[in-house]
Amino acid sequence: MEPWPWYVAGPLIGLLVPLLLWLGNKPFGVSRSFKHICAATTPIKLKFFDYNWKDHLWNLFLVAGVVLGAFIASNYMNDGSQVAISNETVSDIKALGITSFEGLVPSDLFNWESLLTAKGILFMIVGGFFVGFGTRYAGGCTSGHSITGLSNLQLPSLIATICFFIGGLISTYFLIPLVLN
Amino acid sequence: MKNIKFLIVGIYFGIVLVKSEVISWFRIQEMFRFQDIHMYGIIGLAIVTGAISLFIIKKIQMKSVDGEKIVMKPKKIHPGLVIGGLMFGLGWAFTGACPGPIYALIGGGTSVFIVVLLSALAGVWVYGLIKKWLPH
Repeated sequence: MEPWPWYVAGPLIGLLVPLLLWLGNKPFGVSRSFKHICAATTPIKLKFFDYNWKDHLWNLFLVAGVVLGAFIASNYMNDGSQVAISNETVSDIKALGITSFEGLVPSDLFNWESLLTAKGILFMIVGGFFVGFGTRYAGGCTSGHSITGLSNLQLPSLIATICFFIGGLISTYFLIPLVLN
Repeated sequence: MKNIKFLIVGIYFGIVLVKSEVISWFRIQEMFRFQDIHMYGIIGLAIVTGAISLFIIKKIQMKSVDGEKIVMKPKKIHPGLVIGGLMFGLGWAFTGACPGPIYALIGGGTSVFIVVLLSALAGVWVYGLIKKWLPH
């Protein structure tokens, strides 16, 4: 099966907002699952994680579903085509020294062998740490702020979304070229 | 098991994330370089769809399946929106994945994203550890 165009995928994602409200009065959001996993596993008692994470099991079922759904789509609904990004993006990314355009992520950057190299540490470990810390401090991610919050006309979500983008632009135009060159 | 329905919703979300290539590092680069409509179209139409749905839900005072009144908590303005928002943005461009896609990449077989997930959990845990010293 070919990839789905943006005008199909966008509404399908937006429908998650009313669907979760209707099914259980739940706000669509993914990053809070990180907090619940921390609350379930924290080795020391911390006030931030001192609540009954089992009351939020629905959110963990949601992300477990995401893992499962992605498994199904990748293995049984995938024609193995390369991601059809624009030619400009291809040449910009090639200029960064990336050579692999197979699959969903460049294997030059994301593989187990390079995990403990400077590049691997920055792209996977530091990058991941910033995603976790940042989303929790901001109180949401792309789903919670940019989709749910903006759908609900929340000014705080607009501020957060603008900052997500400013951060992404700083990485894209300054930090990533600095690291890769 | 009242939570099974959320597992099914998650499966649906995971399939859409993969089939729309939202979980692709390449697509995120394309977005931050403003070189295609793909990601903007997805996020934009998701917001429009969500907004129209919420407008209708409020207008007809729709109830949830359990008969509850549907409520959405308003969000607060605080410095974390800016500081945390910038931090997430920096990490988003490096990993090419926001939280949903991190889970989806793992399910899709890019197993090294387990490390990205563990790092994100470490980030949240450290936030919990130092929260009281951060401006809120």
